[in-house]
Amino acid sequence: MPEPPLELALPPASGPSSGGTSEPALRSRVRLIPRADRREIAAIFAGGAVGTLARAALSEAFPRPPTDWPWPVFAVNMVAAFLLGYLVTRLQERLPLSSYRRPLLGTGLCGGLSTFSTMQVEILEMLSAHAWALAVGYTVASIAGGYAMIHLATAMVRRVRR
Amino acid sequence: MTVLLWAAVAVIGGAGSVARFLVDGTVSAASGRDFPVGTLVVNLSGAVLLGLLTGLVAGPDAALLAGTAAVGSYTTFSTWMLESQRMAEERQHLKVAANIAGSLVLGVAAAELGRLIGAHL
Repeated sequence: MPEPPLELALPPASGPSSGGTSEPALRSRVRLIPRADRREIAAIFAGGAVGTLARAALSEAFPRPPTDWPWPVFAVNMVAAFLLGYLVTRLQERLPLSSYRRPLLGTGLCGGLSTFSTMQVEILEMLSAHAWALAVGYTVASIAGGYAMIHLATAMVRRVRR
Repeated sequence: MTVLLWAAVAVIGGAGSVARFLVDGTVSAASGRDFPVGTLVVNLSGAVLLGLLTGLVAGPDAALLAGTAAVGSYTTFSTWMLESQRMAEERQHLKVAANIAGSLVLGVAAAELGRLIGAHL
């Protein structure tokens, strides 16, 4: 089903809690971003919550000193890259346009599951601890691995095209 | 490890993802470039924030909520890789190299900048 135009997606009084004061602020902010509406934001929120929970649970379950290979972040980044490559290719090239699968699973779940900032701080801590080989190895493996995951997932979706 | 703590992780993670979407969308729309500036801005600002937090935050619960949940969900690795791979498919190899190497070098520098700011506060 095609997405309704922005005017329809943002009725003036859709929520019981949204007062008249917050309405103009939301409208002007949303207008900056095409295709954004409240349900899309809600889908991103839900997906992001689940992805973050999974990543945080892994990180808490497997604590590590800064000079060990960061398996939790490495693992979630690889899984999220594969999932995003699969999802985006499938949604763009194989399935009819859906309004909420991309924000829920792509922007929300994969974005919340993967992280860039933690990886950068991990690399910085490796450098501070003079673990040069680990820092280079982790950086190269993350980039090569993440890129390969996207490539692999994309090729998988395209191969079954009929 | 309470239920409340993990509920907070979920809510903060959801909010961080929405913040990423809004910042990415606003920056991309404003720049109008054929280069993923939105993701770059999100990831670099997140790296500064997390570097800052590592020096400031006391306690494992605060680190989990502010670092892992908030900043961790705000930044993204998967979109960075997807945008790089899609640019490579369009044979824009210079942009791919700039996006990957630039994000990495500036990202570590941003984390260090955040850490330095935290140390001087």
